Amino acid sequence: MNVVVCTKHVPNPQGTPTLGPDHLLVRSGVEGALDPGDEYGLELALQLVERHGGEVTAVSMGPDDALAAVQRALAMGAHRGVLVTDDVLRGADALVTARVLAAAIQRQPAELVIAGVESTDGYTGTVPVTVAALLGHPSVTAVRALELEGDALRVERQTESGYDVYACPTPALITVTAGATEPRYPSLKGIMQAKQKPLDRLTAADLGLAPEDLRSSQTVVEVVDAPPPPGGEIVEGDTAVGRIADLLADAGAI
Amino acid sequence: MTTAWVYAELAGGVLDGSAAELLTTARTLADEVAAIALGPGATAAAADLGAAGAATVYASDDEVFASHSGGPQAFVLGGLIEEHRPSIVLFPGSYEGRDVAGRVQARTGSTLMANAIAVPAIDRARTEIFGGMTVVDVQLQGPEPHLVLVRPRSVTAEPTGGTATIVAVPAEIPEADLGARLVERHEEAATGPKLEEARVIVSGGRGLGGPDAFAMLDALASAIGGAAVGASRAAVDAGWVPYSYQIGQTGKTVKPDVYIAAGISGALQHVVGMKGAKRIVAINKDPEAPILKMADLGVVGDVFEVIPALTEEIRRRSGS
Ligand SMILES: Cc1cc2nc3c(=O)[nH]c(=O)nc-3n(C[C@H](O)[C@H](O)[C@H](O)COP(=O)(O)OP(=O)(O)OC[C@H]3O[C@@H](n4cnc5c(N)ncnc54)[C@H](O)[C@@H]3O)c2cc1C
Ligand SMILES: Nc1ncnc2c1ncn2[C@@H]1O[C@H](COP(=O)(O)O)[C@@H](O)[C@H]1O
Repeated sequence: MNVVVCTKHVPNPQGTPTLGPDHLLVRSGVEGALDPGDEYGLELALQLVERHGGEVTAVSMGPDDALAAVQRALAMGAHRGVLVTDDVLRGADALVTARVLAAAIQRQPAELVIAGVESTDGYTGTVPVTVAALLGHPSVTAVRALELEGDALRVERQTESGYDVYACPTPALITVTAGATEPRYPSLKGIMQAKQKPLDRLTAADLGLAPEDLRSSQTVVEVVDAPPPPGGEIVEGDTAVGRIADLLADAGAI
Repeated sequence: MTTAWVYAELAGGVLDGSAAELLTTARTLADEVAAIALGPGATAAAADLGAAGAATVYASDDEVFASHSGGPQAFVLGGLIEEHRPSIVLFPGSYEGRDVAGRVQARTGSTLMANAIAVPAIDRARTEIFGGMTVVDVQLQGPEPHLVLVRPRSVTAEPTGGTATIVAVPAEIPEADLGARLVERHEEAATGPKLEEARVIVSGGRGLGGPDAFAMLDALASAIGGAAVGASRAAVDAGWVPYSYQIGQTGKTVKPDVYIAAGISGALQHVVGMKGAKRIVAINKDPEAPILKMADLGVVGDVFEVIPALTEEIRRRSGS
């Protein structure tokens, strides 16, 4: 079973994100990483091919810096990488991103496409299902476990109060929830081997997408900083418990 | 004439509260407002949708919508959009809302805006970034309908008390659009008051160290009386409590009178879900934790000492 994993490069998840003068998130020249939310899906993909054979391809769209995300995926164990970089894709909206990813995924046969539920920096949470629809694949989102049963997948989907089990024909796309599994750390050997693994660097033209398919239809027109929360009082020690109880009483809660 | 549609989510045959909120927003945008309700309970929900402001409800009670995930809904909604050409479709920002909107987008080729907190005009959506520190207005261009996913509880529902005309829609779904099929459902029985309705919420994070410590929060909640227990994503991801507890960007948005955060650091993605609380109390052993800075009352301390002592104190004060 061949699996494609969508691997997004995001500005340092622990850092402070900033908007540039063009109102777009500053993505270049800031410390970045593979989206932690994509590591869970990558781990599930690696486990699947370890059990059933096949290869994992990490696909990403992003600036040159995004190479770091693909390399991390290769170091964790993905077999090949694809990075689509193009100036026209700066500020790509959800639909343009989905078109690019779908076109890049279509270049290699895969029975399964895995993505994160939502990206750490954009958190649109719809790109993967749009990719699935463009590819004509069924999809199940918010998956926390999966098994291959013959040609179909048995997937557990996180719900409000528990989980649902779905039978999903392949080829399919799933999105994986954070915490679904414990992602592995790249070994030193993995990091060394990553440099030798096949890596395709593509432009939008390589994907055969027309200019009108790449035009984003959203523009930021206004950015306003919300006033910072006033903050209150910080207490410590013996009086703390009484103070919380006072506050609850004052609010009419007790 | 401008038409605005609302995707009304049904969960287990029951209309989700988001529908009335979305209809309230839709009425500010268009003179013609309709709702789409698909799945068991849809026709029965039409009365509520009418009362919330929908003039028309496109409905189907077919089981196929409950036993599949997103595909049939997107197929039917996509067809209705092509037939009636609304200017905008509002969706709840839930998993189902995302699944349906994302698929519809592939068909309509129109723009999609997620995480909106307001829709000031047909071609404009407002969102918060960086945990609500920055508010951004986005111009929506390209073919209609604009697809906008609105965060729960961004507006207060204002019913009109109207009645809707029900238009039954057929549920003949091509095989290729059915997608994955539901085979089993596992649910844990919900106990206690709903997070969205509780006046006081006691919420636990990774600092609780494990599932057992949530019993401590249950005890505090019952001492307060009518309080609900919530959690950060770290606690949900760890499997300590079900997803229904999660508060934040990918979970619930809550606006209680008092929110007590125990062992929660105050990550931006958590804060967006609870910053609307009237008063925030935080208990954290790290004096540098961001949650302490935004709390009305920040307590530097160990949850394993403060929570039981607080439970005792409340019981003492209420004389029980
Ligand atoms: C796309 C995306 C969406 C997300 N959506 C959500 C969401 O919906 N909701 C959400 O909550 N998070 C969400 N997150 C995750 C969020 O970024 C944080 O990782 C998460 O909120 C952290 O949870 P926490 O505060 O419980 O854990 P931590 O950040 O680990 O904090 C634990 C805190 O407990 C304190 N502590 C430890 N022991 C004790 C003790 N004995 N007594 C007192 N204090 C103690 C520590 O000092 C620390 O501050 C999302 C992240 C991403 C990327
Ligand atoms: N530029 C990208 N490159 C690779 N994968 C992406 C990209 N954008 C989104 N994805 C995938 O889609 C998921 C959801 O992203 P989003 O819809 O932007 O929240 C991410 O977790 C990734 O798996």
